[in-house]
Amino acid sequence: HLQVQTLLRERLCHQQLPQRPEGVDSQHKHLMELLKRTAVHGESNSVLIIGPRGTGKTQLLRCVLAELLAEEDVDKTLLQVHLNGLLQTDDRIALKEITRQLSLENVVGDQVFGSFAENLAFLLEALKKGDRSSSRPVLFILDEFDLFAHHKNQTLLYNLLDVSQSAQTPVAVVGLTCRLDVLELLEKRVKSRFSHRQIHLLPSLSFSQYLQAVQAQLHLPDTTFPDTTFCYDWNASLKVDKSVEAVLLRHFNSTKDFRSLHRLLMAILCRVSVNNPTIKPADLLDASRLLSADAMTNVLHGLSILELCLVIAMKHLNDIYDGEPFNLQMVYNEFKRFLQRKSNSLYNFELPVVMKAFEHLQQLEVVRPVDAAAAVAARAQREYQLVRLMLDHSQIMEALQKYPQCPTDVKQWAASAFG
Amino acid sequence: MTASLQHPGYDPERLLCVAEKMPCRVSQAGTLLSLMGEPAQYSYPSIFLYGHRSTGKSHVINTLLMDLELPHATVSCVECVSVGLMFERVLLALFGPDTSTLLPRSPSLSDFVRIYRQQAPLSPANQTRYIVIEKAELLRDMDSNLLPVLVRLQELVDDNVTVILLSEIVWDRFRPNTGCFEPLILYFPDYSKGDLQQILSQDIHPSYSPELYSAFINILLGVFYSVCRDLRELRHLVRTQHAQTPAGSGSDTNLKESDTHKLWRNIEPHLKKAMQTVYLRDVSSECSDVVFLSSGLSAHAHVELPYYSKFLLIAAYLASYNPARTDRRFFLKHHGKIKKTNFLKKHEKTSNHLLGPKPFPLDRLLAIFYSVVDSRVAPSASVFSQISSLVTLQLLTQLGHDDQLDAPKYKCAVALDFIRAISRTVNFDIVKYLYDFL
Repeated sequence: HLQVQTLLRERLCHQQLPQRPEGVDSQHKHLMELLKRTAVHGESNSVLIIGPRGTGKTQLLRCVLAELLAEEDVDKTLLQVHLNGLLQTDDRIALKEITRQLSLENVVGDQVFGSFAENLAFLLEALKKGDRSSSRPVLFILDEFDLFAHHKNQTLLYNLLDVSQSAQTPVAVVGLTCRLDVLELLEKRVKSRFSHRQIHLLPSLSFSQYLQAVQAQLHLPDTTFPDTTFCYDWNASLKVDKSVEAVLLRHFNSTKDFRSLHRLLMAILCRVSVNNPTIKPADLLDASRLLSADAMTNVLHGLSILELCLVIAMKHLNDIYDGEPFNLQMVYNEFKRFLQRKSNSLYNFELPVVMKAFEHLQQLEVVRPVDAAAAVAARAQREYQLVRLMLDHSQIMEALQKYPQCPTDVKQWAASAFG
Repeated sequence: MTASLQHPGYDPERLLCVAEKMPCRVSQAGTLLSLMGEPAQYSYPSIFLYGHRSTGKSHVINTLLMDLELPHATVSCVECVSVGLMFERVLLALFGPDTSTLLPRSPSLSDFVRIYRQQAPLSPANQTRYIVIEKAELLRDMDSNLLPVLVRLQELVDDNVTVILLSEIVWDRFRPNTGCFEPLILYFPDYSKGDLQQILSQDIHPSYSPELYSAFINILLGVFYSVCRDLRELRHLVRTQHAQTPAGSGSDTNLKESDTHKLWRNIEPHLKKAMQTVYLRDVSSECSDVVFLSSGLSAHAHVELPYYSKFLLIAAYLASYNPARTDRRFFLKHHGKIKKTNFLKKHEKTSNHLLGPKPFPLDRLLAIFYSVVDSRVAPSASVFSQISSLVTLQLLTQLGHDDQLDAPKYKCAVALDFIRAISRTVNFDIVKYLYDFL
């Protein structure tokens, strides 16, 4: 059973490459063709792979690269430069990284010498000196491509795409991004040098394909797994019944991408242990409930009664004044009106104690100041600063249902402002 | 209910030790252990733990990692003023002191990832490395690319590492605009009343018997539970209140049911008073004894002002909380009738006392002052300087730029109870002059 965990964790957490990603055959072929043209035939190219988060852009690229590098001669000659928009936040850093990865002559060990302009000139010269037949093709992979478009003047993008247009060293620029409007971010001169080739990865699975994908993810390979009886039992228990289908349908309706599916499967996998070696539908239900629990309701569960009363008072203020911001003094007023009605001496707290509870709520970001800068500046008289409640009606009512030992008069007060 | 921690990859005796250190958190620790899996297996790239303060998030994680001797690095965002400090700490803890010297001055995230990638194959990980980041909500205010990189660090450095983020605030407030890799989210529920009782009873005081101590804690929880559920605050309260309980009730060796009643009667007024000062942390624990010997007023009421300053303050309060058009009615001998138009009648719902003080110019303050003071006062520098000292005492706040010398604006920063106490000392009935109390 140990091996189950190891194998599935590799698959789900470490994003092991599948043999062939499902559902993206045409995109795979397209990208493969493009990269082959650069690597083998010496043609310069640029392409953008666009798709929402978690749909498998990086996975597609890695699959194609793995297949490409399987050929002997490509592996020997192709140079790769991997850049990431999140890491290389500046053209200077990006250029240093390119120089390092290409091991150009101005790199000694790890240090890159020279100023930005010098490095850029050196790089461009190195790239422009070559020609189709005799120089090695270079593949530039730019992850989070949209972040590169925010650099100053888009110098890096301009230069890379410029080189890919002129017929010198065969250069392929592959950008991956999650923004569908990434072309709007490019400047005119950069956009004109881009070949406008886009590969879209939109999650277009139907529900039955989704179910098949779920089973495929959890399936243990019969051939390579050591314990065959266990493997057989495991695969047999992956049948889809009504409750499982309902849960998966709900999950499918909210998000179709594979990453959230992996998260769900990971949560289920944790329950597999020596004591219960197979997956049961109850595990799936539990995991689904855990992942889709409303976080704010959980936070409200842990509030003290005074803080809960303040939240209810704020809810009433929101109802009466149609969502206008309020301050602590108004909330305290509303709370005192409740106390007067109930003649309850249990909750007769002074303003400083109520203020401490209010500040706790602010710390949890249940309430947020309307003007954050002014809130920091005006330390004095915090009871008059305007704030807004960041919860809505249903969250509060749900939290009240689950609240342990909630006094009935508080519940009644929540239900109606005048009760 | 003592559920025990079990996991095949770890030594069961060690797990038993660990389970004893975290009294009511065994199930959460079990979930975490099952997520972490065996040391050699991969775990999910990032995990997000959220829950209230003092629910044991850091405690559970740190105990698990240290007692099971897993390679880890713990960083608190409060201590890391700059990003470079965080990188240095992480590299130091995971790879040793020489690697942190490889970082250049003011390192960027790119440098960190590059050095990590270089170091990782040199000390191959047969165990998952963990990076624990506490107070993760401060990551949002640091560089905007830090959070998205940390949650997917595993794929960027190509190593078996998991980043665990601990925070009070829910994940929905963390998500950047274009989205990021979503971590696995775990909730740490708050302690119930029974749990709190159990945990607090574990700090045994030497001079008290366990039953008396638990009865004391019961009473304390009964008073403070509706206001505060924070374990750390309650522990502080227990410690300070312990010094206050009269020695007589503590040294009783014959305990019966009636004694708890006596205990309650002795302690309850002290606890109620503690709600005013000690709970609010107005006083530190060292001088809490002094406070209880005195009448228990907070420091605020001990301000003594000169005669004219008191009237200036009263005038400032009236100027702040009365609308300007009503000054005529209050302060002139022969005023006409003030007609309330329809507009005014509709918008009278929110009194000024709810909205807060309004700013007023110096001339208005002086006009009200001269009409409120009972004797004739000559405008002299001493009167004006008292206004500045009121600003220094933070009883008035000055608005606007310091350069505006000819028309400064002020606001009164004093509460109603305070000004009532002051006006009583000068025999001035301020409530008669307040518009909201007409």
